Amino acid sequence: MTGARAPGTLEAALRARRDAGHKLLVPYLTGGMDDGWLLALEALAGAGADAIEVGIPFSDPMIDGPTVQEASLRALGRGTTPDGVLADLSRVDVGVPLVVMTYYNVVYRAGHERLAGLLHASGVTGAIIPDLPLEETGPWAAAADPADVATVLLVAPSTPEDRIGAVCARSRGFVYAVGRMGVTGEQTELAASAREVAARVRAATDLPVCVGIGVSTPEQAATVCQVADGVVVGSALVRRLLEGAGPEGAAEFVGSLRRALDAG
Amino acid sequence: MTARPTPRPAGGRIMGDPGPTGRFGSFGGRFVPESLVPACLELEAAFRSAWADPAFRAELAAILHHYGGRPTPVTECARLSAELGVRVLLKREDLAHTGSHKLNNVVGQGLLARRMGKHRLIAETGAGQHGVATATAAALLGMECVVYMGEVDTRRQELNVFRMELLGAEVRAVTSGSRTLKDAVNEALRAWVADVADTHYCLGSVMGPHPYPWMVREFQRVIGEEARGQCRELLGGSDPDVVVACAGGGSNAAGIFAGFADDSDAGLVAVEAAGGAALTAGIPGVLHGMRSALLQDEAGQILEAESISAGLDYPGIGPEHAHLAELGRARYVAAGDGAVLDAFQLLARTEGILPALESAHAVAWVVAAAASGELAPGTTVLINLSGRGDKDVAQVRDLLRGRR
Ligand SMILES: Cc1ncc(COP(=O)(O)O)c(C=O)c1O
Repeated sequence: MTGARAPGTLEAALRARRDAGHKLLVPYLTGGMDDGWLLALEALAGAGADAIEVGIPFSDPMIDGPTVQEASLRALGRGTTPDGVLADLSRVDVGVPLVVMTYYNVVYRAGHERLAGLLHASGVTGAIIPDLPLEETGPWAAAADPADVATVLLVAPSTPEDRIGAVCARSRGFVYAVGRMGVTGEQTELAASAREVAARVRAATDLPVCVGIGVSTPEQAATVCQVADGVVVGSALVRRLLEGAGPEGAAEFVGSLRRALDAG
Repeated sequence: MTARPTPRPAGGRIMGDPGPTGRFGSFGGRFVPESLVPACLELEAAFRSAWADPAFRAELAAILHHYGGRPTPVTECARLSAELGVRVLLKREDLAHTGSHKLNNVVGQGLLARRMGKHRLIAETGAGQHGVATATAAALLGMECVVYMGEVDTRRQELNVFRMELLGAEVRAVTSGSRTLKDAVNEALRAWVADVADTHYCLGSVMGPHPYPWMVREFQRVIGEEARGQCRELLGGSDPDVVVACAGGGSNAAGIFAGFADDSDAGLVAVEAAGGAALTAGIPGVLHGMRSALLQDEAGQILEAESISAGLDYPGIGPEHAHLAELGRARYVAAGDGAVLDAFQLLARTEGILPALESAHAVAWVVAAAASGELAPGTTVLINLSGRGDKDVAQVRDLLRGRR
């Protein structure tokens, strides 16, 4: 439980949307994956995203499947760097909160305080670092908390009951419920674990709960949001961008997710 | 080498139990996605219980003896010693079943997996030695086995792919990233997330998230414990002056160092490949679940290692080695491909032993240090000969032909 702590920027924004009766839609794209990625980012906001997750590419994306791996490789091949992605983000104002997703070595190499400061200065309100589990979060969080960068922690289907509370208590912004045991990637069917994990996290916290990993279609998003507050949709969008859908195609897909969530 | 006072962490052994957080000084840890945290915790608990159980230890020791050929001998090298002017002893892990020290670890992990009720082993491999060893343990224990191997390595080491298949394992070629060892580790970790309920990830070196660096070192400790006693017998109750081992992830080095680090003044030297020298050229970072020294660029992107020995082609090293380097208890040096090829031939010619290209790195450093006087004449040097060179003969032939 979050207790008396004043909610940060990301949490406040997501709570406001939830309290207004909306389901939360958080699309993901990899920063620097092509020349037009900032246009795609703006298109996502215009198509109904409540927050956007921006990947800072890493050479060894361990929890990502082939689609995001490909986008990361393309981004790195174009010379994309963490500082470059953040400089790009600082030049746009998409009107919804931005959350970065990256791996811990990128954070560690940049320096906790330096990166937290850069994120804040670039208008980023949250960070998802999937290979930084609860026990290892301390040094990063000590830099991120004062910079008002929300460190979003993950709960997995394998997380035991007695651990969920501790993870939720340290999570900021929202709690990322991992929908299936596996890496990111499109799935033809929603795993049963997606709704189960959402329900278990909901029971443990009042923070917004978004399910990601294995949510690929408007139908799946709507189904999981019968239990969760929102969804993170990554590979299904990134694939379309890799295939050249462009900002229009990205907006069309995210619009279809938005309509499915709004229809309940 | 001069003897230096041995630094000792307050209250503990230098190569002791890294505790529940898996820390070796500031290195180690458990940097894995939440999905894998429960499995790592379960593995740590299972290993702690097994390692404290005399029956588990007895079963492991019996298999390593009757099946694996332990204890492996220590061989005095008269002709090589005469040529170098230092007294060279070899710990003969090349004589263990499957031809390297890797068997010690995989039998340990295989028994542990069975104890945890898991019937399936997955592993990463570079050159194929750890893959072959894991496939062997799986065959011995009646388990399923899938080995992840970079596509580049499956082509470089075709014969080892076939060996694994003969042993009943499935080899999956990894086409992500650089298609070599580090990507095979990524892919094995990805696969483990999906199948963690019934699958044990049999990691091949003293790397990865806690408890692997500690557990694998403990399974390899048998090398150092045997060698300590064997050296005392040969050397009239003394220890060697210097203990030398090659290091990729660092498991054979950790195993032999563990016999000497705490209560011996023997100098410890680990030899990395010049093209993959994490502790010479790397800086601290986090990869594959651990904080250690890594080859990386200024943005934290991991660089590819490059060496003639696929088993040392890894951009990191186990976290305990980063700690031993920081403490000054062990030294970390590098050997280049040319010196390694020379050492390979020298050992073959003077002693009738073909070393693995990995192990030849340790020999190469001894040759260079004896020549430079860094190893004073008459110094006694124990080299961990981690594996045999049969797997490398075709590659060495091609390299030597190219030289001429
Ligand atoms: C014979 C031999 N020695 C050494 C190594 C390197 O591993 P480690 O540094 O863990 O001993 C390998 C790895 O394939 C090997 O096959």
